Amino acid sequence: MPGLEDLYREIILDHYRNPRNRGELAVPPAHRVEGFNPLCGDEIVLYLDVRDDRVADLSITGQGCSISQSSASMMSAAVKGRTVAEAKALIRAFKAMMSIHEAGLDGPGGSDGDGDLDGQGGSGAEPDGPPAAETPPLGDLEALQGVVKFPVRIKCATLSWNTLDQGLDAAAS
Amino acid sequence: MALSPGLDVDAIKDDFPILDQKVHGRRLVYLDSASSSQKPIQVLEAMDEYYRTTHANVHRGVYAIAEEATRRFEEARGKVARFIGAREAREVVFAKNATEGINLVAHSWGRTHLGQGDVVVLTHMEHHANLVPWLMLAQEKGVELRYIPLTGEGTLDLSGLDRILDGAKLVGVSAVSNVLGTINPVRHIADAAHAAGALVLADAAQHVPHLTTDVAELGCDFLAFTGHKMLGPTGIGGLWARADLLEAMPPFLGGGEMITDVRLDGFTPTEIPWKFEAGTPPIAEAVGLGAAVDYLSALGMDAVRAHEVDLVTYALDTLAQRHGQDLVIHGPTDPRIKGGVLSMQLGDIHSHDVSQVLDEAGVCVRAGHHCAKPLMRCLGANSTARASFYIYNDRSDIDVLAEALGDVRKFFG
Repeated sequence: MPGLEDLYREIILDHYRNPRNRGELAVPPAHRVEGFNPLCGDEIVLYLDVRDDRVADLSITGQGCSISQSSASMMSAAVKGRTVAEAKALIRAFKAMMSIHEAGLDGPGGSDGDGDLDGQGGSGAEPDGPPAAETPPLGDLEALQGVVKFPVRIKCATLSWNTLDQGLDAAAS
Repeated sequence: MALSPGLDVDAIKDDFPILDQKVHGRRLVYLDSASSSQKPIQVLEAMDEYYRTTHANVHRGVYAIAEEATRRFEEARGKVARFIGAREAREVVFAKNATEGINLVAHSWGRTHLGQGDVVVLTHMEHHANLVPWLMLAQEKGVELRYIPLTGEGTLDLSGLDRILDGAKLVGVSAVSNVLGTINPVRHIADAAHAAGALVLADAAQHVPHLTTDVAELGCDFLAFTGHKMLGPTGIGGLWARADLLEAMPPFLGGGEMITDVRLDGFTPTEIPWKFEAGTPPIAEAVGLGAAVDYLSALGMDAVRAHEVDLVTYALDTLAQRHGQDLVIHGPTDPRIKGGVLSMQLGDIHSHDVSQVLDEAGVCVRAGHHCAKPLMRCLGANSTARASFYIYNDRSDIDVLAEALGDVRKFFG
């Protein structure tokens, strides 16, 4: 049975205690997007400033458990300064690490726990086209890999990423 | 040691096989009975024996086992009726849970009696089950919703009750709060509501399992209950209502079983309570619920409640001594008006993280908003970790909880 140390890695607790890119940005030029996890009441408010097809700045407010908040903090550090295509690639890579694949039925639990980090998934269930951008390294985010062993917490970890996805779409439209 | 006024908890624990296991190498300490209770072997065996020897559809066959199945199904209805003080078994309508019982009232009584501008009074501490059906009716029919607010102690603030009740047609109130444990003065509210010309619906999902329930004493007109919180299986619960009200109400779901005649141009509904029980009902579940009622009746609900008061008193003392100001427990602090429900906030540590670390110690609590988001907003809480007690819990379980909360503080401190 997975233990607490699989879930609460030191780097996660560090981001929880000292969240990066915390605060608000002026709207406009930034876009404001909200995300909720109805299961446990986690909430994320994301301020996203996209300029010249690049995440020029982003900041985060909201409240929730250590997993949702540290994931948001790590996400902000990982995508700041990246191009929109790179950010989208990171979202895909992170969700793949959480065993969430975009091809529908092969969701969490359906893919025999492939926690591989290469984003290939190995199941053949993903659309297999060429990646739109080189996927930036997950870096600290790999610490969240242990969340996969605690299925109810996956939604906590992916909340900020789904919110980012919405924000990037809102900024593009 | 299981020292308790009235209950031999060690003997009770032996009846609950699920408790005899280890999780993460630790004794399972189940403190989530407000969410769903565990089941004694008497309930499991009653359902198993029913399926092995008696199962057939009810109210249909004229052969021996079908007649026996029908007899047992209706016997269970009678047990529930006696358990809650109903005058007649036909005042008990089986549905899948309290939520469905409340929806039955909203759909059948509500759609007949409520229209634009009619007033339904609820409270700030309702479970979503007693909010959303009325919010749906408000959207659909323009029904006006008013709310009884809370005091700082987590009780209902009844100071403006007469004004709130003015013109109301229905009052829906939680008999015991699933978050705060508050035991509400249903009788007092019902008397005031009746004087104002309103009917009263008690959401008794947390009342029937824990307190002697007598619909006449409560003074309500409708009472919703659920089996799985009172040692019974999931999938069975329902609604009690006065026979004259049920008779005047149109059917809820349509289908087999609920008719006396069907033509191609219409139908005639059958008598109560079957008028509200379309389709094959949860027969084995009803049998299981009947066995659960027997189990609780044998213990005696006064003893069940005395045990709960003892645990609440001990828990409030123990947790305050061990964790002091760092641990906020919402709701009344007087065990006389508090059910066995402790909604806790440990510093600024999120309830999900609290319950994850408690799980490592074998302790099961519920984390989140407990299907009462408006109440959580009143409390200024995003979520709480809720420990709730039942007949198979004892003081040693609370000691384990108190110790494990210490682990949480160490981990996130």
